[in-house]
Amino acid sequence: MHEVSVMAEAVRLAVDAAKSSGASRVLALRLRVGALSGVVPDAMRFAFDVVCRDTMAAGASLEIESVPAACWCATCRAEFECADFFNECPRCHNVSGELRRGRELEIASVEMN
Amino acid sequence: MCQECGCGSGGGDVKIGGHAHGHEPEHHHAHGDHGHSHGSKTLNLNLSLMEKNDRLAERNRGFFRAKKLLVLNVVSSPGSGKTTFIRETAVQLAERLRLGVIVGDLATDNDAARLKTAGIPVVQITTGTVCHLDADMVAKAAAQLDLDKLDVLVIENVGNLVCPADYDLGEDLRVVLLSVTEGEDKPLKYPPMFHSAGVAVVTKCDLASAAGFNRELALANLKRVSHHARIFELSAKTGDGMKAWLDFLVKQRAAV
Repeated sequence: MHEVSVMAEAVRLAVDAAKSSGASRVLALRLRVGALSGVVPDAMRFAFDVVCRDTMAAGASLEIESVPAACWCATCRAEFECADFFNECPRCHNVSGELRRGRELEIASVEMN
Repeated sequence: MCQECGCGSGGGDVKIGGHAHGHEPEHHHAHGDHGHSHGSKTLNLNLSLMEKNDRLAERNRGFFRAKKLLVLNVVSSPGSGKTTFIRETAVQLAERLRLGVIVGDLATDNDAARLKTAGIPVVQITTGTVCHLDADMVAKAAAQLDLDKLDVLVIENVGNLVCPADYDLGEDLRVVLLSVTEGEDKPLKYPPMFHSAGVAVVTKCDLASAAGFNRELALANLKRVSHHARIFELSAKTGDGMKAWLDFLVKQRAAV
């Protein structure tokens, strides 16, 4: 996947936030990554070291919070967890196309000083 | 393969995503290093990492809507027949709709040259090492077309079933191709892309028996992953099945 460009964007956002807060270093980034976001956390960690180099975020730590995927079943009016895109409700066995969670690819917070 | 994926940038081990570079580097900075304890603060951002592309894609979508264009983002593996499919669509629709094409490849303008033989305006994007088109590239390429003279803008994405799935280009419809010479389980292997498509087209149907294509299995797999998608089966080469697809496009364009 395109983990390098995704991580470059995360570091860009973190560095921008640190600069506008008058900080001199980014110490840590916290990301939120959905189970069905299409990126591989290990590849993101690997890319992170590369894209941090020569930026204010050099040496920063990376924390990745994974978000399990969940679909909405309109029949049962309830969410159910799903492991992939084959979203069959475990209660009524209807197929749901409404993914409520699991596609997240976000920067949650940044620690700086 | 390419720098964008990260697979070419770490000593050539294509499997970096899955193995080898695991968890060890995660906490490699010692807390004492930069005086964590005094003066460090945490800022909540809660921003999407795709936000920049999504914003540009929405801008494209609004612009295309104002121009009354139907915009298709055509995706598939390399070699599924995107260029032939788009070329034949343009030729057979010539009386009814005016098509323009933006085509993306890592290198060469061979596809653009093939599309131009249909007598339609074509802009080639060569992405170098980038494995997908993004909304910014599409905006710049679209500026080179006279959009007022078009009804349908077709974006032929880079042949890749992985990365383009996450990049909204501002299209109305994402069209994914599956040729009969690929495995019937392609939709199961690349679910994000097939799930994100509004239309799935089975191509090269004239080769189905030679390729030993199991139609029922392929359709079942497609429906399992993309249960919402409209499915067409056709051969751009022989023209079989093209009519249903072309009529569908004309209807979609009328609804814009």
